[in-house]
Amino acid sequence: MINIKRDFPILQTKVGDHPLVWLDSASTSQKPRQVLETMDNYYQEYNANIHRSVYSLSEKATLAYEATRKEVAKFIGANPSEIVFTRGATEAINLVVFGFAKNYLKKGDAILLTEMEHHANLVPWQVLAREKGLKLKFIPLGKEGKLDLSHLDKLLAGVKLLSFVYISNVLGTINPVEKIVRVAKKKKIIVCLDGAQAVGHRPVDVEKLGVDFLAFSGHKMLGPTGTGVLWAKREHFEKMRPLIYGGDMIEEVRLETSTFQEPPAKFEAGTPNIAGIVGLGEAIKYLRKIKVEKIVSHDEELTKYALGELGKIKDLTIYGPPFAKATGGQARAGVISFNLKSIHPHDVAQVLGEEGICVRSGHHCAMPLHRKLGIEGSVRASFYLYNTKEDIDKLVEGIKKVKWIFTGKKS
Amino acid sequence: MDLYREKILEHFEHPNNYGKLDNPDVTIHDFNPLCGDEIYVDLEIEKNKLKNIRFRGLGCALMRASASLVTEKVKGMTKEKIIALDKEDIEKLLEISPGPTRTKCILLPLEAIKKGLKVK
Repeated sequence: MINIKRDFPILQTKVGDHPLVWLDSASTSQKPRQVLETMDNYYQEYNANIHRSVYSLSEKATLAYEATRKEVAKFIGANPSEIVFTRGATEAINLVVFGFAKNYLKKGDAILLTEMEHHANLVPWQVLAREKGLKLKFIPLGKEGKLDLSHLDKLLAGVKLLSFVYISNVLGTINPVEKIVRVAKKKKIIVCLDGAQAVGHRPVDVEKLGVDFLAFSGHKMLGPTGTGVLWAKREHFEKMRPLIYGGDMIEEVRLETSTFQEPPAKFEAGTPNIAGIVGLGEAIKYLRKIKVEKIVSHDEELTKYALGELGKIKDLTIYGPPFAKATGGQARAGVISFNLKSIHPHDVAQVLGEEGICVRSGHHCAMPLHRKLGIEGSVRASFYLYNTKEDIDKLVEGIKKVKWIFTGKKS
Repeated sequence: MDLYREKILEHFEHPNNYGKLDNPDVTIHDFNPLCGDEIYVDLEIEKNKLKNIRFRGLGCALMRASASLVTEKVKGMTKEKIIALDKEDIEKLLEISPGPTRTKCILLPLEAIKKGLKVK
């Protein structure tokens, strides 16, 4: 198993007397010192605006920024000219919705989403649908926290665009992307994929997946906050309009009109989060050094272990698929949402937090999903490459303490 | 363990004023969409004072404890005095000072009551 906690300064800190146990990577990952040093180094040695000046600092900054673009492209099997930097997956999806779909879709067209989407891949589509008179349809949540694909073909009737999540940030469900895309492509449907919990956690190749758009967050894969990516198939850029205009995305500006740069620059107006993007490049290098395949095995082991240990606790309900598919292979990733009978998720997270164990409580930006599950909210523990079985043991001990405080029961 | 002192757990498990009023003057439903805390408050108002009050609903321990203590405190108070109560008063009642997220939980009951008083 991977053992690199020592590379992460924050994981050496304590909450009171308790070592920090970070089990909320689904909301944001911690950063290795290599990423932090890279950003610090940027500010200390070559902080300068990019694409602008001739002096050596600007050239160095520009090279570093564009080098990350190449790293990201290589990481997902794409071309650098198809990579647009954003602040995160949310902004990337908004760019698809209001930059592409707004022009591509006509009144009466249907968009297909799912019942397990994060608000970032739901709310923008709702707004667009209202603005343009579009129909919203949803692939329903089926048994065991998986999508019910039994009527997918029928659901796709009249649909021009399909947008769905690769890995659920609540249920950990790993959706069969390639299978779904194949069905959609028979009807020439545009496919947008929310890869926020997937990129950096398992191998992602946009060509293999066959999607048209991929959105993901740098900060969920060891990169700094304020970084994210939209990948789009080259041909879609023609129909895409930037959401933000201004400097750096222009070619020539006159008083009345301006011409714009080619993509991806066209979609990156203003001074970007240069330090962040440079840091993201280092994060990808770090991940490639560890090897993403190893991260997958690490995740599998932790998830199997956690489901086993949590399963032993009475009055604890875990949501989402079992570990393995009926046909073999991993059905769910290391994102585990659960509830303790008669104890509010907030109270669970509070007690765990006081022990230094960081989990999320609430609806995890997926209110419709929780409503469908018939619950107000849940507690969520999520893993990444720096977590260990000891972290899970501490979580289990913490949960037992919660139960003892609120119910007097010892297990 | 600090936030969950005996007082809080006591009021969570055996809250004051839990239930319904037969003939409330106002019923308010309020909730915190961020976490799923939900509260219903029945108010009985006479002349300018809160004559009786009941609450019910799903929520975390802090919210229920706060509702238990607040509903007990505001009984018999004038509308103005109740509307003047603020975050510090609630924290004093509960003897805790939680962070911003949990603060929303402990303020929910008072906010619901204030909404009810503004209606009538």
